[in-house]
Amino acid sequence: MKENLQPVVSAMIERFSAELREFRGDVTLVISPDKVLEGFQSLRDQYGFDFLEEETAVDYWPEQEPRFHVVYQVYSMKNKLRLGLRVPVSGLSPTAPSIERIYPNANWFEREIWDMFGIRFEGHSDLRRILMPYDWEGHPLRKDYPLGYEEVQFTFDAEEIDRNKPYAKE
Amino acid sequence: MGIEQKTGEMGAVTLRLEQAVNWARTNAMWPMLFGLACCAIEMMSAQASNYDMSRFGMELMRASPRQSDLMIVAGRVSRKMAPVLRRLYDQMPAPKWVIAMGDCASCGGIFNNYAIVQGVDEVVPVDVYVAGCPPRPEALIHGILTLHEKVRGETLKTWA
Repeated sequence: MKENLQPVVSAMIERFSAELREFRGDVTLVISPDKVLEGFQSLRDQYGFDFLEEETAVDYWPEQEPRFHVVYQVYSMKNKLRLGLRVPVSGLSPTAPSIERIYPNANWFEREIWDMFGIRFEGHSDLRRILMPYDWEGHPLRKDYPLGYEEVQFTFDAEEIDRNKPYAKE
Repeated sequence: MGIEQKTGEMGAVTLRLEQAVNWARTNAMWPMLFGLACCAIEMMSAQASNYDMSRFGMELMRASPRQSDLMIVAGRVSRKMAPVLRRLYDQMPAPKWVIAMGDCASCGGIFNNYAIVQGVDEVVPVDVYVAGCPPRPEALIHGILTLHEKVRGETLKTWA
């Protein structure tokens, strides 16, 4: 860990009861969903993390509970520091607080997470799908989402599959 | 000797109406200017100087579906793109033809999943399938010549 990152990390652990994870020099803090807003506010205003580099999510179903982690990467242009945050979220219709008011570029990141994982962001200004069609059902990057697979044709079943294929009309 | 005398000596040409119409259609087929993925790069090089598709009367790509009569579906069609593709096809005036270029457009290719249409023939009727991932420009030109052959075989009965 860089030595000027140390005070930030210890303050976050103390104030927001974050849990520290370090892997090959990458520093990640696990923080609970109700402390996300205050946490990012103080990261931006007090510690100079002025750029939200990335916001995404992971689905750990069925191995872990809570199954979702929302993953953030923030960067400080001034101090050249990078910090990761993880927020565990559980349930079939999970919710997390939106950080759009703190970092405006979170808007599209959170729309993508809603589209792909179905995590609803409280306080988001325009939570619509961004990649899939608006009338799509389900959230494709969830681990329990069916792959939607078409059977591969072999010599013995080629005609059978061909008969059931929905060909377009004129 | 001028061209008038030369052509004058050739006299009249007699042929069937079908042949005349099909000759006109095949030798000035206007493809629509649109590509969906990496196959479009091969389609572009098929038109560029090395392969020169204009030898077959096809150098003109139209950016508007209203002016084109051939749709080359070059690339994978996602489920979100499928309604757009169908709409473009519906906007083309008849007679119109479709070439599914490459494995993805023909059958889904390597993308056997929820997001990609498993063969563009689920959305629009396809005349010629060109295999390859992506097909070389020669393969596309061969597909177009195959389509020309198909069009030349059309009769009054097919139009009716």
